[in-house]
Amino acid sequence: MRTDGLRVAYGSKEVLRGIDLPIAKGKVTALVGPSGCGKTTLLRTLNRLTDLTSTCSVSGIVTIDGEDCMAMDPVLLRRRVGMVFQKPNVFPMSIRENVLYGVKARGNGKTEYAEILESSLRKAVIWDEVKDRLDESALALSGGQQQRVCIARTLATSPEVVLMDEPGASLDPRSTQLLEESILAIRGDFTVVIVTHDIPQAHRVSDFLAFLYDGRVVEFGETRQLFAEPREHATKEYLEGGLVTVPPVGNVAAAAVPVSA
Amino acid sequence: MESDIATEMAAVRPERVVLAPGIDVARRVTGAAATVVVLLVGLLLAFIAWNGIALFRHSGVPILEVFAPVWQPDPTSGETTYGLLPFILGTLGVVSVAAALAAPLSLGLALFMAEVAPPWARRVMQPAMEVFVGIPSVVYGWLGLTVLVPFLAANGKWAGFTSGFSWFAGSLVLALMILPTVSSVAYDSFRAVPPDLRTASLALGTTRWQTIRHLLLPASGAGIVTAIVLGMMRAAGEALAVQMVIGNRPLIPRSLFQPVTTLTAQITLDMGNTVAGETWNEALWTMGLVLVTMSFAAVVLVRLLTRRAGPR
Repeated sequence: MRTDGLRVAYGSKEVLRGIDLPIAKGKVTALVGPSGCGKTTLLRTLNRLTDLTSTCSVSGIVTIDGEDCMAMDPVLLRRRVGMVFQKPNVFPMSIRENVLYGVKARGNGKTEYAEILESSLRKAVIWDEVKDRLDESALALSGGQQQRVCIARTLATSPEVVLMDEPGASLDPRSTQLLEESILAIRGDFTVVIVTHDIPQAHRVSDFLAFLYDGRVVEFGETRQLFAEPREHATKEYLEGGLVTVPPVGNVAAAAVPVSA
Repeated sequence: MESDIATEMAAVRPERVVLAPGIDVARRVTGAAATVVVLLVGLLLAFIAWNGIALFRHSGVPILEVFAPVWQPDPTSGETTYGLLPFILGTLGVVSVAAALAAPLSLGLALFMAEVAPPWARRVMQPAMEVFVGIPSVVYGWLGLTVLVPFLAANGKWAGFTSGFSWFAGSLVLALMILPTVSSVAYDSFRAVPPDLRTASLALGTTRWQTIRHLLLPASGAGIVTAIVLGMMRAAGEALAVQMVIGNRPLIPRSLFQPVTTLTAQITLDMGNTVAGETWNEALWTMGLVLVTMSFAAVVLVRLLTRRAGPR
C-alpha cells in the first residue's frame, strides 16, 4: 500500500496535511507520534473506516497493489485491509463464532472452518489457552486474551494488510508480550501497520517507522536507522523521551512532503 | 460567659436540626409512596385471586370444568357449563397472530431507524411513533369496525369470511396497535449494541446487511423477544378495540376468518348481564384471574430473558 498527498479533515479541522507513506508488503510499519498527531486517522483512512464519519473528508491518493482504494467498494477494500482496535471488542458470542464471524458473515461457503479457526488462533498466539473452551463466551476471557481473539478474528478473513490501532494500550505487560509475539509470527504473511505509543515496542516489532507530528510525516525510514541516527532533531527527541519540545513544522522532512502549509 | 456559649449553641443548633429531618422527610415521603403502591398491588392481586376462585370455592364448579370447550353460563337457558377454553384459546390465538403480523414490520422499522435512517429521518420518526402510541384504542376499534370489517365482508368471501367480524380482523387491529410498542423496545435494544462492535464487524469486510444479520440480530436477541412479549401483553390486555371487530362468538377458534372471542372481550361484554355473587359473575372473575396469570407468566419470561442476556 501507499499514500500520496493524503489529506483528511473532520469538518474544517484538518488532521492529516499531506501524507506520503509507502507501506512495504509483508513488513511491519509502525506509526508513532504524540497524541493528536493523526496516527489513528491515517490508519482508519487505509481501510476507509473514515467513511463512517459523515464530517470526514479525504483527498489525495491511497493505493493497494496499485489500485485506487478510494474508487473501490469500501467493503471489498476492508476484506483486503483488516483492523484490530485499541479496545478489545469481541462480539458477545463464543470464541469460535468470534473467529469465524467474518468468514461466515461474508458467506464464503462451508470451507475448512476448523482449519481456519485453529490456524488463526495459533497465529494470534492464543490457541493453547482457548483450544478446550472454544464454545465458551469470548466475553469471559481476560482483556489480553480478548485482544488476541480479535487478532485471530481479523486474520481468519485472510486480509493482505492488518492495521493495528494501539493494540497493547489496555493490556498488561505479559499480554503485550504475547501480542508482540503474534505480530512477529504473522510478519511475512501479512503486511502490518501498527500505531503505538510504546516506543520500545515500535523498536521491537517494526521494520519501518514513521514519525508523525501535527498531521505530517516528519521522518520515515527503517526502524533500525531511525533509532540509530535520526535525521531530524524532533524524531530523536521523541524516540528518546516521547516528548517534542521544538515543533518540527517547516523542517526539511516536512518540507519534502508536497504540502502548502 | 456560660450563657454566651449557650446562646451561641442555640444559634448553631437550628441548622443541625433542619438538616437531619430533611433526610428523614425524603425517606418517609418516598417510602410511604412505595409502601402504598406495593400494598395496593398486593391487595389487588389478592382480591382478584379470591374472587377468581369463588367459582370453585363458592359455587362448587369443578376446577377442570374451566378447561371445557363449552361456555353456557345462563341458567335460564338450560344446564350451565363454565368452560373457558374458547376464551383462553381465543386470546392466545388472536394475540399470537397479531404478534406474527406485527413482529416483522416492527423489527424492520426498528432496524431502519437504528441502522439505516439518516439522523433527520430519525428525528421525524421518533415523535411520529410516540403519537402512534398515543392513539386511543377505541379509535383503532372504530376504524376496524367501519373500514376493515366491511372491507373483509365485501372482498373476503373467497377466503371464507362471512361477516368480516373475525379472528383475523381482531389480530390485524391489535397488530397495528402494538406495532409502535414492539418497534420502540426493539429499537432500544438495537441501539444498546455498542457502536464499536458495528465498526469491528464492518472492518471485517462485511456489508451493512451482513452486520445486521450476523451481529445485531443475535446480539439483541433477548431484547427482540422482550419487545415481542411486551407487545403480546399489551395485545392480550386490550378489550375494546378487539371486541368491536372480533365477532364475540364463544367458540373454539378454528378458522382465521370466523368470529371468535377473547377473555377481555367476553368480560366487558358480560359484565352488564351479571350480578355479583351469581355463578356467571364468578366465572368472569375467574377469567380475570386467568388473564393476570398469563401476564404474570410473560413478565417472568421477560425477566428470565433479560437476566440471561447479562452484561452487554
